[in-house]
Amino acid sequence: MILSIVRTGFMNLRRDRGALTLSFIVPIAFFSIFAGIFGSRNGGTDPIRIAVVDEDRTELSKRLVEALQTEPGLKAETGPTATKGAPPRFYDSRTAEAAVRSGDFPVAVIIPKGFGDSPIQFGPSGKQTKLEILNDSSDPIAAQVVYGLIQKSAMMSLPDAMASEGAKYLDRISGGLTSEQRTRVDQSMRDLRAYSESRRDEAAAGKAAGSASSKEGMTGLISAEIRDVVGENKKSPLVAFYAAGIGVMFLLFSASAAGGAILDESESGTLDRILSSRVTMNTLLLGKLLYSAMLGFTQLTVMFLWGALAFKVELFRHLGGFILMASVTALASAGLGLALASACKTRAQLGALTTLVVLVMSALGGSMVPRFIMPELLQKIGLVTFNAWALDGFTKIFWREEPVTHVWPQVLVLIGAATLFFAIARRLARRWEVA
Amino acid sequence: MDAPLHVESLVKSYGSRPALAGVALDVGKGEIVGLLGPNGAGKTTLIRCVVGRVVPNSGSITIFGEPVGSAHARARIGYIPQEIALYPRLTAEENLAVFGRYAGLAGGALAAAIRGCLDWAGLAERSKEPVMGFSGGMRRRLNMAAGLLHGPRLILLDEPTTGVDPQSRQRIYAMVEQLRADGASVIYTTHYMEEAERLCDRIAIIDNGTIIALGTRGELVRQNFGSRGYLVLHCDGESASAHADWAAARGGTVNGASFRFPVSDPASEIAEILQSARAEAVQVRDLSFTAPNLESVFLHLTGRGLRE
Repeated sequence: MILSIVRTGFMNLRRDRGALTLSFIVPIAFFSIFAGIFGSRNGGTDPIRIAVVDEDRTELSKRLVEALQTEPGLKAETGPTATKGAPPRFYDSRTAEAAVRSGDFPVAVIIPKGFGDSPIQFGPSGKQTKLEILNDSSDPIAAQVVYGLIQKSAMMSLPDAMASEGAKYLDRISGGLTSEQRTRVDQSMRDLRAYSESRRDEAAAGKAAGSASSKEGMTGLISAEIRDVVGENKKSPLVAFYAAGIGVMFLLFSASAAGGAILDESESGTLDRILSSRVTMNTLLLGKLLYSAMLGFTQLTVMFLWGALAFKVELFRHLGGFILMASVTALASAGLGLALASACKTRAQLGALTTLVVLVMSALGGSMVPRFIMPELLQKIGLVTFNAWALDGFTKIFWREEPVTHVWPQVLVLIGAATLFFAIARRLARRWEVA
Repeated sequence: MDAPLHVESLVKSYGSRPALAGVALDVGKGEIVGLLGPNGAGKTTLIRCVVGRVVPNSGSITIFGEPVGSAHARARIGYIPQEIALYPRLTAEENLAVFGRYAGLAGGALAAAIRGCLDWAGLAERSKEPVMGFSGGMRRRLNMAAGLLHGPRLILLDEPTTGVDPQSRQRIYAMVEQLRADGASVIYTTHYMEEAERLCDRIAIIDNGTIIALGTRGELVRQNFGSRGYLVLHCDGESASAHADWAAARGGTVNGASFRFPVSDPASEIAEILQSARAEAVQVRDLSFTAPNLESVFLHLTGRGLRE
């Protein structure tokens, strides 16, 4: 008897595509996305993109810049990509800060004037020129990693400077070296320099890759000051981001549920009754789109109001930007909900499809894990979801505090998505019109 | 004046399967036409064509002279589907308000229509309650009311008494008769022969996409059975089989332990048969006389084989 019950279960499951999708496809899709995000396929993380500004322009600063550029854990850029034939352009402290503010780089490193005179200092009385690390505090890890990699790069590229500064320090605390000791120290400096140049050449030839895990105890020899240029005054840095992220994800679920009302109406015969009255399919779908968008806007408003009350999200400082982004996001979600509902025959089918689509879109689009911690390829793939565009828009408004006019690309993409989804829904809804 | 409904040579196929194969039908003012047919015969397709929800391959339909789908035609049709096409979470009044607005009503006209329909359906006292708490009969009545808010003159009722108790059924009959009294024309689809006999002025029997009989109840019976009825004599088994020749000589047949005789003049023929049976020592235990009715006509025309 127990076996009969088991057999019945499998017979039903085989015919239930929704349950099959939820049982097998959704977990596999999710596993693949998160495996991609956390780099389990190659065991490593993507290099951190940084902008580097060399204000010092000395031999030592150039060597440090070159070391940062060859460091496998970093992707260091000294200037925007130049168009063909145009002279190369370099970041300065102002443009680098702007690049961090706009989200082009999570971190910028500025090597100030005077760095070459005193790159490293030993001992408490050291007078040293500090590097400046400009940070977008929405990524709390990047600046710390960059700081560590600067130490490593300095060790690899400036061993002569390290030793020289060390010798000076020893000289100072020991009362001076003999002339024979001095000669040997100078010879060692030359050897170290030759060694560092040979390593740099090897690195340039790609032979020195894979040494990112070196953990010499040199932390702090190159002094740097980390300065948050984005979110420096925020009390709860990522709350606005998550309010938008979670808000958009649940918006998609509720939009699908609202769109699914048409399936109930079809099943109950209400749709027949409606379409035999004065209501046309265009009117019906537009009405449902508007309802679903208004519901979504209200949901987002409630979410941000709670965020403002409980977590100090600065809703009222950015009210205009919020209204704009919430409107277009809700409209795009409503369109997707209608398209999903029109593609399904039953509520059960819609439930399974919605779970698959919404969770995958939310994972790729950054509703669950911020896109900036994803590998670059996944970040680009994420842009096919409108979650990513919506979250970018909300981030610009609430995190980067950019003016409302700066979100026009996001607004256009979301309106375009809403139009596309509505067109798809309208095309699929033809099956309900006349037979 | 144009007929409320004029259907001519209507053909509709789904792939290679014909659903309607040249249907012609007229419905007059204030007339109730019953539409009977086995499952899959084409009733629902015909109704959906009239409502404009199915586009025929050929043929024509006009509603008060206007083509199906025109605003004028839509305004004059009231469609009451077989399903309970209501929003269960809304109250009766809210449901009527929704469908009234969809039908183009607003303001005082809508309020008056809602009041009128609630009274007509006997639901005025329950108007503020959600439909999900209603009995089957109440839902049916509200389902009908929701299709009549805009005062249509041609009403399509698709099996309106399915699954309701006898009391609600009587109430629905009264509601339909009131529609006729108000001058509306009705197409009434049903599987219940007795309600077709009671309500319908004419009856159309449809099978395999064709109307195979159309007329009043009396006309249909006469066309198919003349004035015949049947006398059935119930005997014991041995007696029936022993007197098969006697029954055949009088035009009767043996069916198990019963004889069945066609009778055209019951007053004289029944007495003759009983006298003859006594003379032949047939052991009659019980007898019945059956006049043909609509069900006899229906089964005679569509056969007794199972359908979809």
